Amino acid sequence: MLACEGVNAFYGPIHALKDVTFAVERGTIVAVLGANGAGKTTLMNTISGLVRPRSGAIHLDGRRIDRLAPERIVRLGVTQVPEGRQLFPDLTVAENLRMGAYLRRGAAVRQDLAAVLERFPALKDRTRQLAGTLSGGEQQMLAIGRALMARPRLLLLDEPSLGLSPILVRQLFRTLGELGREGISMVLAEQNAYLSLEVAQMGIVLETGRVALQGPSPELRQTDRVRQLYLGVRSGDVSPQGGGAPGGKGT
Amino acid sequence: MLGQLVVSGLAAGSLYGIMALGLILIYKTTHILNFGQGDMVMFATFIAYLLLTLFRWPFPAAVLGAMVAGALLGALVDRGVMRWARNAPVTSLFIATLGVGMILQAVAGWIWGYDTKPFPYALRGRPLFLGDVVLRQHDLLVLVVTVLISLVLFLLFKFTKVGVAMRATSQNRRAAQLMGINVGRIGTLSWALGLGIGALAGCLVAPIVYLDLTSMILVMIKAIAAAVLGGFTSLPGAVVGGLLLGVIENLFGGYMPSAIAPLKTTFVFVLIIVVLVLRPHGLLGERTAGGHG
Repeated sequence: MLACEGVNAFYGPIHALKDVTFAVERGTIVAVLGANGAGKTTLMNTISGLVRPRSGAIHLDGRRIDRLAPERIVRLGVTQVPEGRQLFPDLTVAENLRMGAYLRRGAAVRQDLAAVLERFPALKDRTRQLAGTLSGGEQQMLAIGRALMARPRLLLLDEPSLGLSPILVRQLFRTLGELGREGISMVLAEQNAYLSLEVAQMGIVLETGRVALQGPSPELRQTDRVRQLYLGVRSGDVSPQGGGAPGGKGT
Repeated sequence: MLGQLVVSGLAAGSLYGIMALGLILIYKTTHILNFGQGDMVMFATFIAYLLLTLFRWPFPAAVLGAMVAGALLGALVDRGVMRWARNAPVTSLFIATLGVGMILQAVAGWIWGYDTKPFPYALRGRPLFLGDVVLRQHDLLVLVVTVLISLVLFLLFKFTKVGVAMRATSQNRRAAQLMGINVGRIGTLSWALGLGIGALAGCLVAPIVYLDLTSMILVMIKAIAAAVLGGFTSLPGAVVGGLLLGVIENLFGGYMPSAIAPLKTTFVFVLIIVVLVLRPHGLLGERTAGGHG
């Protein structure tokens, strides 16, 4: 469905993506693993059209999209849930959701709004509350709900677990698993390698902008590199790495 | 005496308020403070003057024409100047708006000359008497227009998709892009709206201050003051700030001994400084420019 071929992109003067090549098959989740500054966010923003690659090509269903404006890419069915939620803090929950469906109109939007509120019941009683006043977990639900309002075929998630408590992280990944089973393809950039590889069928490891490893999740999980760098020595660690949240060790 | 001063103050303040609305509409979505707003409004008001005198259009049609011209001018400034300098530092963009203003001043001087023109009142019938308060029909019109504009903007920003998208863009530009909002188009729209309303304000001010190349400048300075008083990002704040400004100015002028009464404008600005010391974000301003989330 999505294919990146030899993508080079710059973040300011930094060569943030170096010859990145990978593909997302329809209906699959691809985890993008890597430390801070490995290029995950730049990769997301390049696919979304916010960053224009210096060279290389990105194709969506065979159509080249790396020269399109961000709104054109959204229209083609690619929606991003950006790092740090990036909600509209002084819009209400309902207004945030409606903005997610900005390019759509008609009765289907209202149905989808109801469906999103059904999926995230915590938001249901808060539709008139300002997004900036929600808790961290609710904000993440809203960010995902807002993206779903675009009816994406491909969902890009940039560090969705950042700053969430271990319980909320588990809940989040359960939601992502559900969405995957409903047929939404995903690119999931995460520092939490353990849970990401659990929901994803494929994974790639970015190191300083380069694809250091890629392959099916079970295989990737066995490699020493992933084990040491991103899973910690004990494979049961579910705490978001570098997210600053303590606890969750050895569960 | 008190009632009269308050009513006249409200009428003057409404004008500052509408002027300020135009400025803030542009500032909120593009984060550009349009230093050329006064000149651009002047230019649009001259268009109304042209339609009135040369083409003998009726007053409402001329005002509408000026609003359309203002909107087109705003869109043109955005597409033709601001868009190209998009990646320049913010200070350079401010200077660019100032530059556009100076160009318009020169062009206006070349077309219409440098002498002051009289500009007709929309309504020049007998004033209304409410008890011992005298209300000119023009003042009544200004108050009604202010209420209407406020209402229209409220409905636009609360209930229309494009209005909510303008708010979204002002709060988080990048997220707005990720929703598929064409933020460039939203910016152009804001410029058009800001100068369309600016042109309306210009046509209502012009009968009072007359029309020449610089007559909008002092009004615009007070509009900026009104905007600052209201918090600079708040549309209701701009109107409230304008009204307060007008009333306080008038009360000071009316009640102070005649030796210092002419200092009423100075007093207003001192008061604004005091307000900003006590409430740095203005009376109705947002604490942050958004983006916490």
